[in-house]
Amino acid sequence: MVQQIVSDAPIVQFTNCRILRSHQLQREDLWVRDGKILNPEKLFFDEKGSADIQLDCKDSIITPGFIDVQINGGFGVDFSLATDDFKSGIDLVSQKILSHGVTSFCPTLVTSPPSVYHQVLPQISIRNGGVHGAGILGAHLEGPFISKEKKGAHPEHCLRTFEAGAFQDLLATYGSLDCVRIVTLAPEMKRSSEVIQELTKRGICVSLGHSVANLSQAEEAVQHGATFITHLFNAMLPFHHRDPGIVGLLTSDKIPAGRRVFYGMISDGIHTNPAALRIAHRAHPKGLVLVTDAIAGMGLAPGRHTLGQQVVEIDGLNTYIAGCSVETALEAASLHPAQLLGIEHKKGTLNYDSDA
Amino acid sequence: MRLVILEDYDQASEWAAKYICNRIIQFKPSQGRYFTLGLPTGSTPLGCYKKLIEYHKNGDLSFKYVKTFNMDEYVGLPRNHPESYHSYMWNNFFKHIDIDPNNAHILDGNAPDLQAECDAFEKKIEEAGGIDLFVGGIGPDGHIAFNEPGSSLSSRTRLKTLAMDTILANAKYFDGDLSKVPTMALTVGVGTVMDAREVMILITGAHKAFALYKAIEEGVNHMWTVSAFQQHPRTIFVCDEDATLELRVKTVKYFKGLMHVHNKLVDPLYSMKEN
Repeated sequence: MVQQIVSDAPIVQFTNCRILRSHQLQREDLWVRDGKILNPEKLFFDEKGSADIQLDCKDSIITPGFIDVQINGGFGVDFSLATDDFKSGIDLVSQKILSHGVTSFCPTLVTSPPSVYHQVLPQISIRNGGVHGAGILGAHLEGPFISKEKKGAHPEHCLRTFEAGAFQDLLATYGSLDCVRIVTLAPEMKRSSEVIQELTKRGICVSLGHSVANLSQAEEAVQHGATFITHLFNAMLPFHHRDPGIVGLLTSDKIPAGRRVFYGMISDGIHTNPAALRIAHRAHPKGLVLVTDAIAGMGLAPGRHTLGQQVVEIDGLNTYIAGCSVETALEAASLHPAQLLGIEHKKGTLNYDSDA
Repeated sequence: MRLVILEDYDQASEWAAKYICNRIIQFKPSQGRYFTLGLPTGSTPLGCYKKLIEYHKNGDLSFKYVKTFNMDEYVGLPRNHPESYHSYMWNNFFKHIDIDPNNAHILDGNAPDLQAECDAFEKKIEEAGGIDLFVGGIGPDGHIAFNEPGSSLSSRTRLKTLAMDTILANAKYFDGDLSKVPTMALTVGVGTVMDAREVMILITGAHKAFALYKAIEEGVNHMWTVSAFQQHPRTIFVCDEDATLELRVKTVKYFKGLMHVHNKLVDPLYSMKEN
């Protein structure tokens, strides 16, 4: 038997813990080396290795880090404001959300004028997380190609269409798509199919939101590549039994084979009634992705804060957890967003060889 | 032989684990003076392994100076297959204790030269100073390790083709699909186990009763290879009531009558904490 030492880095064994693996909380030790989850059996037989450090977790749960794909800012930082210290702002948020269990995120920009995108986007770089802060998976651009009727808190004067030049219009508005991971748009807009196809081809996740699309328009968008729904139920037509609209994608039979539509939910009990959240979850449990949609005021005292071009008043904060199993909730915040972004081989699980 | 009869599976498992624990501790293993243990797989020893793990977790037993040699391994099954004996030993024993991975020896069923692998295994046992205590089980066909009926009673570690009885017994681990069960295995020989200074055979359950009868109440016979241990100077058979169902009442009464002697081997139960 050949002994092959793979690395000299110290091996850490977390004991006396419950880990989320294979959709269940299991009583198993977790082994980590060099920032990756290790297979201890392979270590034992192939390398004849053992743990250098053992940590007693006193029966805690170890879960994959949460991935927040919709977060507009926090702690006084607003990702849609082109300030001089934007970079340090993103670093601050990235560092602070770690203590909330978020290890990767997509800084989200709400509808803004092109100048903001041109100044801000080049300052966002995709990078791995670590002790310094959560990793950045890329920007989520929510708007400006959204519906006027469903603009929500987005500023009307910045809304745009891509009727004239389709993808070129989009590119001109944003300036660069280098570090963009998700784009939310309204699929009923003219020439959206071309745009969706082009974005999908470039590996960018297309999300449907802030829209008055009916179910067939939504299904067409999915057929062209869209895979996500931005904050289900909010800023879209309500479910109607003769035309379920975007909500109908959860049970649509027109989704291409092998594809899954994910849907973001803000489960604070305010954006959506818990009963509605449960209906969505029961209809399509594997597609649920928990998002915060947090704004600059998160983590700060009540008062006035910005949300891009708007000013918002904060008055206390609310959280709510839908009545489901711990494993389901944990997976909705880690595994599912990883699957949405196609990175579940590296993130969102505690499987061997994934990022620790 | 000693025939130790306990009431049920759990008690038999515990008695066996206590015995192993005491033997290791009384040996006083240390750096350069290892206790060598032969180990089995299958459903019978699971309870025993659980108890040994319990003693370890309580701080009473350490495997730091213990070397282990498993009896067998399937040929051609990937090492990380959930039914390989490597997986079995990792999940049911090694991952819960403090044994040095360099001291845990299991035959490699995927070695390029299988006979060379077997010869090397014999050599490793020799270099370790021989086996102090070889723990084994018995198959329904009376085999020890994979020494199927007809195996030479002086055999050494080698490649064996599995008998149909064994394949049928193992099918439950492969979704009941006979075609998925490996047909060949590397196994220590009867002679290899006979070389151990002490042998302990665990036998539980009514389905093993006939094999036990053949092994200890009939003659030494290569069709029931466990019978070879009638000629070993120190063998203990640990069983539950059900496993004795085919024995003579006289045999059972005699050995039950000796339980007060047998129990001195496990009571007091020693602990490394005292050292």
